[in-house]
Amino acid sequence: MSTATTPTAAEAELAVQARQAPVRSQGYWAGVFKRLRRDPVTIACAAILLLMLLAIVFAPLLAPHDPYQGSMIRRLRAIGTPNYLLGTDELGRDILTRLLYGGRLSWFMGIVPVAFAFVIGTTLGVTAGFMGGRVNMAIMRVTDVFYAFPSVLLAVAISGALGAGIFNAILSLTLVFVPQIIRVAESVTQGVRSLDFVDAARASGASGFTIVRVHVLGNVLGPIFVYATGLISVCMILSSGLSFLGLGTKPPEPEWGLMLNTLRTAIYVQPWVAVLPGACIFVTSICFNLLSDGLRQAMDVKG
Amino acid sequence: MILYLARRIVYAIPIALAVGFVCFMLVQIAPGDPINAIVPPDAPADVVEQVRRDYGLDKPLPVQFGLWLSKVVVGDLGRSLATGRPVWADLRSAIGNTLMLAFCASGLGFILGCILGGLAGTFRGSAIDRGATGIAVAGVSVPHYWLGMVMVVVFSVQLNWLPAMGAGPGGSSDWGWDWEHVKHLVLPTITLSVIPMGIVTRTVRGIVAEIMNQEFITALRGKGMTRRGIFLHVVKNAAPNALAVMGLQLGYLMGGSILVETVFSWPGTGLLLNSAIFQRDLPVLQGTILVLAMFFVALNLLVDLIQTTLDPRIKRA
Repeated sequence: MSTATTPTAAEAELAVQARQAPVRSQGYWAGVFKRLRRDPVTIACAAILLLMLLAIVFAPLLAPHDPYQGSMIRRLRAIGTPNYLLGTDELGRDILTRLLYGGRLSWFMGIVPVAFAFVIGTTLGVTAGFMGGRVNMAIMRVTDVFYAFPSVLLAVAISGALGAGIFNAILSLTLVFVPQIIRVAESVTQGVRSLDFVDAARASGASGFTIVRVHVLGNVLGPIFVYATGLISVCMILSSGLSFLGLGTKPPEPEWGLMLNTLRTAIYVQPWVAVLPGACIFVTSICFNLLSDGLRQAMDVKG
Repeated sequence: MILYLARRIVYAIPIALAVGFVCFMLVQIAPGDPINAIVPPDAPADVVEQVRRDYGLDKPLPVQFGLWLSKVVVGDLGRSLATGRPVWADLRSAIGNTLMLAFCASGLGFILGCILGGLAGTFRGSAIDRGATGIAVAGVSVPHYWLGMVMVVVFSVQLNWLPAMGAGPGGSSDWGWDWEHVKHLVLPTITLSVIPMGIVTRTVRGIVAEIMNQEFITALRGKGMTRRGIFLHVVKNAAPNALAVMGLQLGYLMGGSILVETVFSWPGTGLLLNSAIFQRDLPVLQGTILVLAMFFVALNLLVDLIQTTLDPRIKRA
């Protein structure tokens, strides 16, 4: 502490960072965890989601039958049929097996578009928020255009034009969520940009890139991430919805939305078997929603 | 204020144009030659060339967009590939049915949402609050197309109370004000109303809780105002925001009813879109999306204008 020369502004700033950063971040995340631990709903949702994740990852070990192998003589069995615990579908395939395997695609299609949108939307949103001026104008006006479509309609429009398929569905869903994330990223970035420590960093000669990397991202990623986790629930409903319309996954691939679609004709024969895939979507979606709410509260994100 | 309203209206024009451009591009991004969206695949080559020239599809993209736009603004959305009829003719009756469903569903959702949200906001932290919030979360997380199926299973298959499909007896798609038609409307309306119900509940809960924490409510209580009087004050303060959320929900439902319409075979724009997708009928797809999106843009504008006029506190540059 007893250095002869007075430190330069940059050094002083570094010193302040070095002193504060680890303590502050540790304290923050410890606090978040402490709050999360006291929230039984969030814990329960996380546990359910973890169980589901394990079940679909280990589907080949858990599933009692082959997901593609049907049989005409045992079509549409009821729930509780011996050996076919949750019944069979319209082609005689075991529902439990197909639900386990179907979760893989449903989860994939629910998370991947949001992950893509998170990366693209954060990049564009932070750029728009930090640069301001014409760049902001250009990015945000294009965002406004996509915002002018109801999200279901936009997803259906793009998927419908491109045709069915997993890739097209992911593309259209990503396009639906990118503008939403851009808006959030832009507004939180603008909030951070006007804070004093950003000015201080700039005054001490930090480049724009460094400021974004060190000061802005650290403060905006949390809120954007929480917002994005909330979108997983919507994305899962939408992607299954696209499959339900025949736009996402193609048969005979097991996927919850598609299963719901093909079982729709069976509601007069085996109504409770027919609605099972939708129940899976519902449980997953509500758990992701509550998990996101819990995270938002624990991380103290406003809005 | 007048200036703001005028600016807001002027600003909607480029948005509408850009939305039009996105709809125009839908046919361009579709796999294959856009000409396939106009002529049937089995047409002879010289006819294809003729049509290509007539429609200006040999011209550069911006010129094509201009040509397309000039037709669209006078209501010419092209012809359906599947039926050969003008898209607008099919769309007109479908829009009526979708509007009907969207109005009923958003109305029901709004009423339920206001009741639940108002109760939750007034009694924050109580069991009522937890219950209402739980219903709201379930409302926004439920795959509504699945809820529709469950409704059909319970009320049509098991109880046989209500019809499972269509908008009227005998598969008629024209609306009439009699008991048979209303019966067809019940299940789709309830199914579609859960989304606005959830969102309105969350919004109203937040608004009411915020208002109840403000000093003027304490002041009103202090001077001995009845619960009824305070309730009126809260309503007056909460209404503009709640109505704005509601207006946007109506727009979302118009676009989002495609899944519910498919489940109930409701003869609206959603069913039209669904069959267009199934038959790869691109003119119908494009026209329907365009009209719904334009409706949404107009609704957005309207909500903004009404909100600004209703709530003098909103001052925008």
